[in-house]
Amino acid sequence: MSKLSVAEKLSVLADAAKYDASCASSGARRRDSLGGKGVGSTTGAGICHAYAPDGRCISLLKILMTNYCMFDCAYCVNRISSNVRRARFTVEEIVALTIDFYKRNYIEGLFLSSGIIGSPDYTMETLARVAQRLREAHDFRGYIHLKTIPEADPRLIELAGRYADRLSINVELPSEQSLGALAPQKRMPTIRRSMAGLRLKIEDAHDARRKSRKAPLFAPAGQSTQMIVGADTASDVDILSSSARLYASYGLRRVYYSAFSPIPDSSSSLPSQAPPLTREHRLYQADWLLRYYEFSLDEVASATDRGMFDAAVDPKLAWALANPSHFPVDLNRAPRETLLRVPGLGVRAVDRLIQARRHTAIRLIDLDRITRSSRKLRPFIVTADWRPAADPNPALLREKLAGAPRQLDLFAA
Amino acid sequence: MNAHSLRSVRLDGPADVDGFLDRAARLLAAGAHPEAVAWRVAGERAEAQSDLFAGDEVRDGPLVAPAARLPAAFREIAARALLHSDATRHALAYRLAWRLRRAPQLMSIATDAEVARFAALSKSVRRDMHKMTAFVRFRRVAAPDGGEAFVAWFEPDHHIVEATAPFFKRRFANMRWSILTPRRCAHWDGATLVLSPGADKRNAPDGDALEEAWRAYYAAIFNPARLNLAAMTREMPRKYWRNLPEADLIAPLARKASARAADMVAAAPTPARRSAPAAASPSRAAAEACGSLAEISGALPGCRNCDLFRHATQVVPGEGAAHARLALVGEQPGDEEDLSGRPFVGPAGRVLNAALERVGVDRSQTFVTNAVKHFKFEPRGKKRIHKKPGAREIAACRGWLVRELELVRPRLVVALGATAAASLLGKAAPLRDLRGRTIGLANGLEMRATVHPSYLLRIEDPDAKKAGWRAFLDDLAAARELSET
Repeated sequence: MSKLSVAEKLSVLADAAKYDASCASSGARRRDSLGGKGVGSTTGAGICHAYAPDGRCISLLKILMTNYCMFDCAYCVNRISSNVRRARFTVEEIVALTIDFYKRNYIEGLFLSSGIIGSPDYTMETLARVAQRLREAHDFRGYIHLKTIPEADPRLIELAGRYADRLSINVELPSEQSLGALAPQKRMPTIRRSMAGLRLKIEDAHDARRKSRKAPLFAPAGQSTQMIVGADTASDVDILSSSARLYASYGLRRVYYSAFSPIPDSSSSLPSQAPPLTREHRLYQADWLLRYYEFSLDEVASATDRGMFDAAVDPKLAWALANPSHFPVDLNRAPRETLLRVPGLGVRAVDRLIQARRHTAIRLIDLDRITRSSRKLRPFIVTADWRPAADPNPALLREKLAGAPRQLDLFAA
Repeated sequence: MNAHSLRSVRLDGPADVDGFLDRAARLLAAGAHPEAVAWRVAGERAEAQSDLFAGDEVRDGPLVAPAARLPAAFREIAARALLHSDATRHALAYRLAWRLRRAPQLMSIATDAEVARFAALSKSVRRDMHKMTAFVRFRRVAAPDGGEAFVAWFEPDHHIVEATAPFFKRRFANMRWSILTPRRCAHWDGATLVLSPGADKRNAPDGDALEEAWRAYYAAIFNPARLNLAAMTREMPRKYWRNLPEADLIAPLARKASARAADMVAAAPTPARRSAPAAASPSRAAAEACGSLAEISGALPGCRNCDLFRHATQVVPGEGAAHARLALVGEQPGDEEDLSGRPFVGPAGRVLNAALERVGVDRSQTFVTNAVKHFKFEPRGKKRIHKKPGAREIAACRGWLVRELELVRPRLVVALGATAAASLLGKAAPLRDLRGRTIGLANGLEMRATVHPSYLLRIEDPDAKKAGWRAFLDDLAAARELSET
């Protein structure tokens, strides 16, 4: 094999990393480089330094250390049986590239993952060493997200957590059967135990920091995971139940949903088709309803057709159309949890409404100042000067309100 | 000063927020009506027009003691809104300040037209600042001393350079850098932040050798199967493109995307190297076949006797002394037990430990286990809610418990709670009928029953709690004595 330049390796190893949806640089403790020797700061919210033509945020230098891999996961472009071009970065090459990109303000930091080479321990140790070099040799204070190899020795994961802001383990598939069929070397119990171990370490470190500012850190921005949508036969509700359990069990900051995307040199055991982007989008919306809008899984599931969301309307609108008895909602009187159920009213709009209505009666015209979709709200609300016609026909309403689903930006940091 | 005479107020520059707040407070104290005040800004084009009002200049006139500071809710929005390039921003801000005298809650009425407009100005300034932190692209230049320095050219919409420069100072504290813009420039030498007048693009470097690597990265991270230019331009509007080294890749990448995606879909797939092995079908894990506690721990993870294994993190086997005289049996692992794989380490475990210590039992000399070895729960937001195991699950797990106890052969088994008692007895019975007596089990072992320690955690009434705790201690003390005979 001819020797590849750093730019060539970058092309191969960024291409291999792009199927990981997460690029968030959020949740880190605030810090900066004043009084230090290197560069870097984190602001808590994260910054997207560019957007790719697929609309996704580019916040981090997201690469694999290598795309050689001992595993043979059918959905993965890097599986051992794939014929893609292979490359491997050295530790110093990754460190230099991160610092050089950072100094030009291209990135918030590094998101490093890898194929499994040598052994899970060897791979995990090398990833941790990159983070250690960045922090210790270069006093790098930007964001670091490391992929965790579940099969690796917990002591190596401990080391990784000391230097990384965030750790993640991808469950990839919502059920043990799918994992068994498509990712023969991965084991759900190993992944779960590893996530459990991360949660315990993250919580212990958090508690210790509350007692002493000098206590060592462990992944202060928490852990996240990813599930692939459309590679197996799981329904939307199957996927959501799986993520609801993951949120509850392991304190995850985020579950990312990644529409299974055709890959160069795909495996014959998978569908070759355009990625189900609308499905992915609906799952994010439903995930939001569960986490920020006080919907239960059963409520969200009740507005699906045999476990699948309606492609034409978002899950909140679907629930509203299926539950006309909850509407219309009086914006001047209803409690917060009821307002959150109104299609088109977001958390921020609801909080502003509640503040404003203490001082003034809400009218239709006021809504244009706090929300973008007041027209869509009308069938579901009562204001000082508006009441919808009694008994709207849900089928007609659905037709009127259904629009081409708009791809919102859900990857923002 | 006369409250009705027309005044022209001059601010030091377009970003002079403090100047505005100071003048506004004085004008309010003087009772100056908004329609009688004209705002002029040094260096802003609109200044020429407002010369029409050339009247008294408040800052040059007699200083009226400033009234109480404007409310924080106002100042917070004003700090950003006043950096907007809109020439009417000061007039709007002063009208709001004027109305605030009569309506102190005004700023929390987001539906008010002027409040909404002020908030919109502030929002677009914040967005401009955020985009500056995102899209400034430094280029490396040689510094006179031979070291490196970094220079960027950026074109903001509003007067944000002063307000955004501290971000770059904190992030690149140990780097020398300049950000040049048409309005203002900011420079940092590693120690001091200096601002200077606007510059011309020709003053900025026109390239950096690393940009090829950045462009290679940008092209590679894009997934052609997900082309979505609308989402991209919403967050990275075209006006920024001319200063982004990667932006000229967008058109060719977008043009070739659908062909690349179609090729990937059409390409003949490569068969998997080996057929995926059927998920190692757990041998029908049989408790009776286990000859030691270690063998039980090895076989338990393969148990599929009920469905609880599907969602639990791991199975939690019993642990403790291999030939303990006292065995303690609980209901099932809880949240913390599920995470760590060990029995009684959560809140109920802490109650149990405290009780054992009180009655003089060394936990390490006992054997501690559960009737059901997987955690049964329901997700509820960020928490898992414990669910009582059903008769089916208790029965499915019973073989494991029986085998554990056969191997340990304790002098006495303590059932902690009704589930443990039901499993040991092979049938459900009310706890109150079992408490306080020793019951012989089918396999020759002897059992005593008491409450589960988590029951003590749930009692709210302090007196009842105390009584419950004492009864629990009595039960354990009696068990200790029996186990020692």
